[in-house]
Amino acid sequence: MTVTIARTLNAACAALAADPGALVLAGGTDLMVEVNRGGRTVGDVVVIDRVPELQGWDREGDVLRLGASLTYAEMADPALASLVPALAQAARTVGSPQIRAAGTIGGNLATASPAGDTLPVLAALDAEVEIRSHQGHRTVPLDEFVIGVKANDLAPGELIAAVRVPVLDGPQEFLKVGPRNAMVISVASLALVVDRVGRTVRVGLGSVAPVPLRAIEAEVMIAARLDWAGGRSPTIHDVERFAELVADATRPIDDHRGSADYRRHSVGVLARRALVRAFGEPTP
Amino acid sequence: MTGPYGLTVNGRRYEVVDGWAGESLLFVLRERLGLPGSKNACEEGECGSCTVRLDDRLVCSCLVLAAAAADRSVTTVEGLSAGHETGGSLSDVQQAFVDAGAVQCGFCTPGLLMAVDDLLDHDPDPNDLTVREAISGNLCRCTGYGRILDAVDRAALARREART
Amino acid sequence: MSVVSTTLAGGRTRAAGIGESAPRPDGVPKVTGEFAFSSDLWHDRMLWGGTLRSPHPSARIRSVDIGPAVAMTGVHAVLTHEDVPGAATYGLDHPDQPVLAADVVRYGGEPVAIVAADHPETVRRALAAIVVDYEIAEPLVDPSLAEAAPPIHPDGNLLRRIHLRHGDPTAADRHDLVVVEGTYEVGIQDQAFLGPESGLAVPAEDGGVELYVATQWLHVDRDQVAACLGLDPELVRLTLAGVGGAFGAREDLSLHVHLCLLALRTGRPVKMVYGREESFHGHVHRHPAKLWYRHHAEADGTLVRVEARLLFDGGSYASSSGAVIANATCFAAGPYRVPSADVEGVVVRTNNPPCGAMRGFGAVQTCMAHEAQMDRLAVALGMDPVDLRLHNALAPGDRLLTGQVVTGALPVAEVIRTCAGSPSAAVRPDEPMSRPGGAGRTADATHVIRGEALAVGFKNLMFSEGFDDFSEARCELQDGVATITCACAEVGQGFVTLAQQIAREVLSVEEVVLAPIETATIGSAGSTSASRQTWMSGGAVQMACEEVRTTLLVRVAAEYDVPVDDLVLVDGRVCSLSGPLDVDMTAVTIEPVTADVVHRHPPTSPLDADGQGNAHVSFAVSAHRAIVDVDPDLGLVKVVELTTSQDVGRILNPIQALGQLEGGAAQGLGLAVMEEVQLVDGRIRNASFTDYLVPTALDMPPVGVAALIEQPEPGAPFGAKGIGEPPTISSTAAIVAAIREATGLDLPRVPVRPADIALADVAPGGAR
Repeated sequence: MTVTIARTLNAACAALAADPGALVLAGGTDLMVEVNRGGRTVGDVVVIDRVPELQGWDREGDVLRLGASLTYAEMADPALASLVPALAQAARTVGSPQIRAAGTIGGNLATASPAGDTLPVLAALDAEVEIRSHQGHRTVPLDEFVIGVKANDLAPGELIAAVRVPVLDGPQEFLKVGPRNAMVISVASLALVVDRVGRTVRVGLGSVAPVPLRAIEAEVMIAARLDWAGGRSPTIHDVERFAELVADATRPIDDHRGSADYRRHSVGVLARRALVRAFGEPTP
Repeated sequence: MTGPYGLTVNGRRYEVVDGWAGESLLFVLRERLGLPGSKNACEEGECGSCTVRLDDRLVCSCLVLAAAAADRSVTTVEGLSAGHETGGSLSDVQQAFVDAGAVQCGFCTPGLLMAVDDLLDHDPDPNDLTVREAISGNLCRCTGYGRILDAVDRAALARREART
Repeated sequence: MSVVSTTLAGGRTRAAGIGESAPRPDGVPKVTGEFAFSSDLWHDRMLWGGTLRSPHPSARIRSVDIGPAVAMTGVHAVLTHEDVPGAATYGLDHPDQPVLAADVVRYGGEPVAIVAADHPETVRRALAAIVVDYEIAEPLVDPSLAEAAPPIHPDGNLLRRIHLRHGDPTAADRHDLVVVEGTYEVGIQDQAFLGPESGLAVPAEDGGVELYVATQWLHVDRDQVAACLGLDPELVRLTLAGVGGAFGAREDLSLHVHLCLLALRTGRPVKMVYGREESFHGHVHRHPAKLWYRHHAEADGTLVRVEARLLFDGGSYASSSGAVIANATCFAAGPYRVPSADVEGVVVRTNNPPCGAMRGFGAVQTCMAHEAQMDRLAVALGMDPVDLRLHNALAPGDRLLTGQVVTGALPVAEVIRTCAGSPSAAVRPDEPMSRPGGAGRTADATHVIRGEALAVGFKNLMFSEGFDDFSEARCELQDGVATITCACAEVGQGFVTLAQQIAREVLSVEEVVLAPIETATIGSAGSTSASRQTWMSGGAVQMACEEVRTTLLVRVAAEYDVPVDDLVLVDGRVCSLSGPLDVDMTAVTIEPVTADVVHRHPPTSPLDADGQGNAHVSFAVSAHRAIVDVDPDLGLVKVVELTTSQDVGRILNPIQALGQLEGGAAQGLGLAVMEEVQLVDGRIRNASFTDYLVPTALDMPPVGVAALIEQPEPGAPFGAKGIGEPPTISSTAAIVAAIREATGLDLPRVPVRPADIALADVAPGGAR
C-alpha cells in the first residue's frame, strides 16, 4: 500500500493513470471512516488535497466554478454564500466544525450518498461536474454523475476537478430534517432555488430516493402560478398544491433513520416552508 | 509498510519510519509518537475527541491519513500549554476548564480544549449560541456541557484581560 | 513511555475541605493530555488483541477453524473456548455468560474467538480469516414470548419475577374511585461512555497477570477473572487505569479475561481497545421495558391503589437484571403514598443483546410510566398535576410499597414545591438554530409550540435486599502527609476530590496523596454505582482518617503528657486547647500512623414472597421541570430549559454536585428524545455515534437548580446522600410530559421520535 501526495493536477492524473484502482483522498471524512472501521481494504492512495488547481472557486460571468477541494467551511464564506446561499446553508448543516474544515464538495459528489447535503442544492442548480483524467476531460450534468446509491459515473483513473453552478437572481433556501439539532445525517432535505430572470423555481430533494431528485411537476406548477411581474405571494391553495407535488415526487424507503411515510410527509412540510420563505406568507 | 514520512507536531519534527500506510494521524500520534492526549472515542468523526489543528484548521485527526499529513504542522492538546512538562503554566483555556469544574472523566476534554482554543482565536467574545455551535462537534457524556460553557466564558474573559 | 502510575498527588493550591468546591486532583493531567486512560497505555513489546464476535443473535457453532489466522505472519495467538483454563462462564449475579462461546451463541456480538498480533491491522485481518460454521437459528426477540418459549439457556428464560403485594387487595373494590390506565414503553438506552473498553494485560513472573483496565469494581472483576483463568485471586492483580465514563456499562466484564488469556498464552503484554461499533456490542445496555399501570384515586386525588405489570427484556445473559427489576418494582409507583398495590415485575432472557446496569437502574423506566399516570390522573380528576403530586407526596414516617417505613430524610413535597415554583428564564429564541431542527433551519417562530411539565422521581441509594455491602480504606499519616488507599473506582464522578476533602477535613492536613487503585494493596471498595460511593467509600475514608486522628492524639498526649481531650488538629498542627502545646504534625508523624477500616452500612433485609421487607438503606427524590419547543409538523423537539430540585442530604462539593445534576439531566434528555439502540431481529442497527445520537451542546439547554434540599441523612457520612442517579430519573419523564403538554398527544413511548409527533392523530382536545 502506498500513499502518493500529488502536488499538481497533472501529477494526480498521472498517478491515477498508473494505478487506476487507487483511492482518491481529499478531506477523508468519508474514506477514513471506512478505513478505520476496516470495512474497506485500502490499496494505494492518491492524496489530492494539496493540488492548487482543485482549490478555491472563481466566477466566469454567470457561472461559478467550485474547485473539488472546496471545503464546507469555505462554502459558507460570505463572498461565496452571497452568490449561492443555498449551498452555504447546506454546508453549515454538515457534521461539525471539524468535519466542515476538512470535507469537500468533490468528496460529497464522489461519495454520492443519497443523504449528501450539497447534492440537493447542486441538483436544483443543474450543476455540471468537471472530470479530469490523464486522457483529458469531460463534463457531466449532475443527474448523470450521481447514478445510484453511492454510485458515480467516474471511470477508473478519473477524478472530479470542479463543479459548475449558475449565479441566479432570486431567493434560495435549504432545509434539512434530522432528529438532533446538530451533526445529523439528513432524514430528508430540500433545496429551493429561484431564478427570477428565467422565471423558474427549482426544487432539489435529498434522502428521499437513491439519488438527489428534482420535483419537476411541482416546479412547473408553481412557476406558472407565480406573479413574477407583480411580486404578489402565491395563494394558500397553490402553496399546498406545490407541497403535495413535491412530496409526490419522492421515492423514499424505510430505514433506521426514518420511515418512508415520515420522509414523504416531511418533504411536503419543507416545501411549503421554503416556498413561503422565498415568496412571503400566502394570500388566501 | 509505507515509506518514511515526517510530521511536525507541537513544533517538533518526528520521523515515522515503520508506519502502515492506512494508519490515521490519531493512531500515529497515540501509538507511535507517544502523544496519547488526543482520544479515540469513535474514530469516525462523530465525537471530536481526536480534534487537532492541522496547519490552521481544526480537524478530526481520526479522519486524517497520517502519511497524507506529511510535512504539515500539527498541534495537539499537548502543545497547548507552554512547556508544561518543564514547569510551564497551563494555557488560559486549560486553566479555565480546571477552575470551572468542566472536567469529569476527562475523555472529551482534549478535543474540547482544541475546539475552544480555536474558537477564541477567531471570536474573542462569542455568545452562548456561537459557543454551542462551535463545540457541537465535541460530545461530552459526563457534564451536560454546563460547566464547559462556564469554562469558555472564563477563558474568554482571561484572554480579553490578557490583551488589555 | 511506560505504564503510567495512577498515583495522584494534590491539594497544594488551597486546603479545601468538606462543603467547598475543591478542584479535582486529576484535573491538571486531564487538561494537559497526560492523564493515562485505559486506552492510552503502552508497554514495550506489547501485542494487540482483538475479538471475533458472532454476527448472529442465535446460532449453533458447528466448527471454528482458526488455522488461517494462526498461519498469518504477525499473529501470536488465536484462542477459543477450549483455551479457557478455569470457569467457562462468569457473571455479576449468576455466572451464566461464556468467556468465549462454545457450542452456541445467544446474541449478536457474542465473543467467539480472540487474537493477539503485532499490529491492530494484523489483528483485524486475522479475525476476518477465522472461519466459523454457524447453524443459524430463529432468535427469540420478543420478551412477551420468552417465558413460554423453549429455553435459550440451561438456566431458563425467566431471569426474575417479583410479585409485590402491599396493603389491602380489596381497597379499590369501590365504585366511587377515579381510575386511569396506561401502557408505556421505554426503548434501549446505551451508556455511551466516551472512553472505549480497553486495557493492558502483562504476564507476571509468578505465573499470574497484571491487568490495567477501566472498570467500576476492581475486586469483583478480579474474582471473576481469576476463576476463569483457574488462578488464585492473589495472582490476578488489577490496577485501575483511567476511566472514560462508566454509567453502569463497566460493571460487567468485557475484555478482562480475554486480555489475560492472550497475555498468559503469548508471554507478552497485550493491549486491546474496542472501536465504537464493537463497544456497542461489548457492554450491557439499559433494559427496554413495557409497563402497564392502573391507578385508583379518590375524587380529592388521594391515591388508593396502584396496579402494575412490568416486563423488562434482559437480553441473553443475566448480568444485574435481578436487581434492576427489584428496583423497578419497589419504586414503581413513585414517591407517593400508596396504601394498596399489586406490582409484578418480570425480567426475561431473550436473544437480544444483554442488558444490565445503567444510571437509574430500573427506576428510570418506571418513573416515565408513573409520572405519565399521575398526569392522566390529574386530567381525569380535573386537578393541577403539581397539586396532585403534593397531595400524595411521601414523607418520613410513611410506608413504601415494600412496607418499609421511611426513617431518614425524604423531602418530597419540598422538592416538588421548589421545582414547580422556581421562576423560568426561558425566552423565545430569535435564531433558527435555537429552534427545533437546529442547524437544519427547518422552523420559523410560527411553526413552534411550547410545552411545560414537571415530573418527580425517586429510588434507593446503595445496594439492597440484604446484600453485604462494604468498602475498605486505609489512611497513613507520615511526615504530615496523608496517604489514602481506597479501591473506589474513579470514573469521572469526582470521588478522588472528595477523598482528599474528607482527609483534609478530619486531619487538618493540606497534602493528601491518593495511592494507586489496585487490588494488590487493599480490599474491595464495592461498586462505583447505585449512588453509593460517597456514603460507603467516603465513609470508609472518614473512618480511617478518624482512627488515625485518634491514634495520633493519643500518641501526642502520651508523648507530651497532656490530656487527650485537650488536643485538636488545626491547620497541620497539633494544639492543646488550654495549654501552650503547638507542634507541627510533621514532627509527630515521623513514625507513621496508619488505620485500615472496613465500612459497612446497617444491614438490609431480603424481600419476602410478597415483595415486602426493609430492603433498602436510603432513598433520594428529585424533580425536573422541562420547557420544550416542538415543531409538530416535523415532530422535532428542542428542550429549552430544565430546572431541577434534588434531595441531597448535604453538599460536599458544590461544583462537582452541579456537574452530576447537569450531566444526569443530559442523559435523561437523550432518552427522552434521541437515544435508542435499534434492534432488528436481535441485531443492533445503529452501533455508531452517527446513528446512536447523544445530545450535543446544541441540544442541551441550561440546567437551572431550583433547590438542593439539604436535610442530613442519618447514618450517612456527613449526612450526604449520593446524587448521581436521581438527575437521570425525573428528567426523561418531565421532558416527555412537556412534549405531551405542547402537542396534546399521548406519547406513551420514549424516546419520542419525530414521526410519533408528526404522523400522529391528534388526541381529543389536543393542540392541533
